[in-house]
Amino acid sequence: MAIAGKVPVRRYLRTAKMPHIWCPGCGHGIALQALLRAIHRVGLPQDRTVIVSGIGCSSRAAGYVDFDTLHTTHGRALAFATGIKLANPELHVIVISGDGDAAAIGGNHLIHAARRNIGITCICFNNTIYGMTSGQYSPLTPTDAYATTAPYGNIDTPFDLCELVRAAGASYVARETSYHARQLERLIAKGLENDGFSFIEALVQCPTYFGRKNKLGDPFNMMKLMHERTVPASKAASMAPEELAGKIVVGELWHRPRPEYTKLYDGVIGKAGGHE
Amino acid sequence: MASPATSVRRKVLMQGNEAIVEGAIAAGMRFFAGYPITPSTEIAELASERLPAVGGRFIQMEDEIASMAAVVGASLAGRKAMTATSGPGFSLKQENLGYAIATEVPCVVVDVQRQGPSTGVATAPAQGDVMQARYGAHGDYASIALCPASVEEAYRVAVRAFNLAERFRMPVILLADEIIGHLRESVTLPDPSELTIVNRARPTLPPGEHKAYRPGPDGVPVIPDFGMGYRIHVTGLTHGEDGFPSTNPKVVEAAVRRLTSKVMNHLDEIYEAEEDGVADAEVVVFAYGGTARAARRAVREARAKGLKVGLYRPVTIWPFHDERVHAAVAGRRAVVVPELNLGQMAREVARAARGTTHVIPVNKVAGEPLTPGEILTAIEEVF
Repeated sequence: MAIAGKVPVRRYLRTAKMPHIWCPGCGHGIALQALLRAIHRVGLPQDRTVIVSGIGCSSRAAGYVDFDTLHTTHGRALAFATGIKLANPELHVIVISGDGDAAAIGGNHLIHAARRNIGITCICFNNTIYGMTSGQYSPLTPTDAYATTAPYGNIDTPFDLCELVRAAGASYVARETSYHARQLERLIAKGLENDGFSFIEALVQCPTYFGRKNKLGDPFNMMKLMHERTVPASKAASMAPEELAGKIVVGELWHRPRPEYTKLYDGVIGKAGGHE
Repeated sequence: MASPATSVRRKVLMQGNEAIVEGAIAAGMRFFAGYPITPSTEIAELASERLPAVGGRFIQMEDEIASMAAVVGASLAGRKAMTATSGPGFSLKQENLGYAIATEVPCVVVDVQRQGPSTGVATAPAQGDVMQARYGAHGDYASIALCPASVEEAYRVAVRAFNLAERFRMPVILLADEIIGHLRESVTLPDPSELTIVNRARPTLPPGEHKAYRPGPDGVPVIPDFGMGYRIHVTGLTHGEDGFPSTNPKVVEAAVRRLTSKVMNHLDEIYEAEEDGVADAEVVVFAYGGTARAARRAVREARAKGLKVGLYRPVTIWPFHDERVHAAVAGRRAVVVPELNLGQMAREVARAARGTTHVIPVNKVAGEPLTPGEILTAIEEVF
């Protein structure tokens, strides 16, 4: 798919709310730009698009983008978004979440939004650490990595969040890294066009906490390390499990349209003989 | 099951939980998100049946926290929204109930109280959530909580809960109890045209000129719905008039104080209490919710014995009206406060009495109602 020319990203930003709180070298800005470019590319109407977030570094994005925006409680963004979408299915609803927000405290809401296949696109800015509270391990922190609450190394096994959401019933699932910003944009755009629950995991670097704790060097080095570990989904399909060990499979991982939740509810209204 | 509200007054046999749903729909409820819990489940069941028939939407969420969140989201999208629960679920809802208070999102939360703490006795009546309805969320704010004492009143109070929520842009708690929720009695439903229905104010200024969180003269902001073109920001972070987070001490102080003042400055508008024979009473019985039914009978029996006893029954239990209660109880021989908890409201009554009378709590936490006889005994002990 060809990338459109210059995208007027500033149109979608509340520039008066800058500077943002993100650290120098943080990957969230790259992921956010990919989202805004995707919104522009798909042509979502700015006045009919709602962006919902939870709590954490990634969730501060809601305050910087010029739409109706809802900065909610920790982990609950998808539950709020479900209420918005079902109450007014004509609105385009996008959720920005982080790995702690979506996979730990909000894990239940994530799998149930996927199960319903409700028309929401969820972007998880996954920096594999709790950044806002300064570096505790999350359910996506790799085993053996260090964090302020894993001073001897992390013994937890991380989720494969894309696999979890796919199994729970999402109709579109993709993953990319901040190194592959244009590819990330393309994958988000496709998720926005999917009529159902779309989930995109955007792997991003946190140089301040994850990078520093794990001696990964500067932000660019962290991006390069991610790049070196990625394997496109098309190639991964023919690779043996031992070859895939330690690799990050990126690209479109799942796309299987099925009936969207609010449209199914229109059928309930029809059966009940209801009208506005 | 009750049939849809028609254009005439009609007498029907109805359960309290059903009356809450019918009243809510008459008030304009078009969204309900809930989670099953005894003794409130009939509310979700009936909402799932009735809402789509009026073009509304029902969803059973994955948990209590999510259902409170969905209600807030739906309200911001412009729908009148409600959820219902009981004590254990009410505890879970406090997170996003607090969010609705801070972000000033109208909605109704029904708590059909059961015996606690914790899982307690699931099907047994209690009034143990009185203080949770007032102080359940963290931080400072004022609550509005309404307590029906009959099925007919449950219907009326559901309408009023929505009206107050829309008027003051906040969650309103319909604090029912198992006695009222599961009671079936004959009720006369009003003609919907007799009802006063309040809808939240919508902005008159165009986007760019309107500030979503600037309070009006009544202290209540006019917040546009999502999708109206205002591109508002809503956050649980303490925010200024533009809705964006602020740590400026002056902005924070004003924002937090307003959550209380917008309620307390309209206390007389919000407050509702029934007084029966209080004027010349030597002893006042202060009772609310399901317990007020037994108290009414006890008062009647006491009067039949020649004792000067009156009933003071608040329908609005929060905000508490110190002056009204003081006027009703000051200088009496005693005020008897029966309740299905260990004295949550009695302490408020004592505070309002300011030492001018004896407050006699009558408490029960056995998971069964107080009887008229138990209350009458307490009254007779005063004389």
